Amino acid sequence: MGPAIRLRSAVALQGRFPVLSGVDLDLDQGQVVVILGANGAGKTSLLRFLAGLVPVTAGMAEVLGVDLATTPREVRRRVGLLGHDAGLHEELTPVENLTFALRAARLDPTRAVPALDRVGLAGRPATTVLGRLSAGQRRRVGLALLVARRPQLWLLDEPHASLDEATRAMVGELVEEAASGGAAVVASSHEPDLAVPMADLVVTMAGGAVIGTEQGGRGGGRHVA
Amino acid sequence: MWRDALLIARRDLTIELRSKVGIWQILPFGLLALFLFAFALGPSTDLLKASAPGLFWLAVLFSSILAAQRSLNIEGSVATREANRLLGLDPAGVFLGKAAAMAVELLVLEVVLLLGIVLLFHVAVASWLYVAAALLLPAIGLSAAGVLYGSLAGGATTRSTLLPILVLPVEAPVLIAASKSLSRGLGVATAGAERWLVLLAIFSVVYAVLGIALYGPLEES
Repeated sequence: MGPAIRLRSAVALQGRFPVLSGVDLDLDQGQVVVILGANGAGKTSLLRFLAGLVPVTAGMAEVLGVDLATTPREVRRRVGLLGHDAGLHEELTPVENLTFALRAARLDPTRAVPALDRVGLAGRPATTVLGRLSAGQRRRVGLALLVARRPQLWLLDEPHASLDEATRAMVGELVEEAASGGAAVVASSHEPDLAVPMADLVVTMAGGAVIGTEQGGRGGGRHVA
Repeated sequence: MWRDALLIARRDLTIELRSKVGIWQILPFGLLALFLFAFALGPSTDLLKASAPGLFWLAVLFSSILAAQRSLNIEGSVATREANRLLGLDPAGVFLGKAAAMAVELLVLEVVLLLGIVLLFHVAVASWLYVAAALLLPAIGLSAAGVLYGSLAGGATTRSTLLPILVLPVEAPVLIAASKSLSRGLGVATAGAERWLVLLAIFSVVYAVLGIALYGPLEES
């Protein structure tokens, strides 16, 4: 498997504030990295940076073989980012939200229903407007969008938050399926008990920088310091 | 670009139809403004007739601010805007789609308010051609400017109050030109309407081109 992420002394600013202050990270396709760290450590910023949503200020950043500094738009269509807010529309149903997103991404819209089925939202919840669904169900719609889009890089911001036990287990299954299928996965977490077992590599961040790495429960990761 | 524009326009119109904000808030606001203008002017038929085109467009202009804010809210959260960027949507297509959806909403509003001024201001349609042009061209121009300035104000925490301040001065020429053109359509005034229609067309084209060129960079920033 080829490299999915190569960061060397990557720096990113939000205004004048350095949200990433020299990050080094290597991840191959088919691998999973979990990022731990306190609030404000730079976990979410790193995910948005890898999605091509935060400009590279200094250093080298290559994602899926594309230079983030020069052509971030080429990366965006190939990554899937699931944040606390999945950016879905409250007035549309899960099926409509996914169909819209798949059409926008020039993918087959018939993937929507099987993806919702995969995350346990078949039947009535799939055709109920998002605004009437619970926080956990909305989170599952966000996961279904990733399942339907099949991105080459999954970026998950605290994927276990707001979920019940069964859905938390499902997140682990989906991550494993994605990685086994050749996608790379980067997930931030405040719950190491749940996140570390699904990771090849565990990275700890503080102050916008990587301060430590260790092997995860899945094994096989590597880090360039 | 056109494919994305169609996709966005369909989505925005679906959301608007489902939320019913246009029917239950924007439309009543426009009608209420017309009623208040009519009450303020009193029972003089001549005064009402002469004022009808200008007051019609004031009501449309104020309502269009609400419509632009609604359009902006669909893309409101940072996550939604970022989700669009991650889907690889063409920013020019997003702009055109949002402007087209808003133009459709404004046209519906204009037709209802036209009935309102016929009933309240004692005017009648003298030329359907002029009326149609005087409704269509401003709808396109106001929508293009509304979506563009909505995007400009989109990142600000005070965007709901910032948008009217940004957009109303820019739309002043539309108010004048649209009032003059509608005056011709309603038979209130007869001379020079063609020049005003040309001005409206130029305004619409300029803001459509500006939106296509600038919407992407504004969203990126």
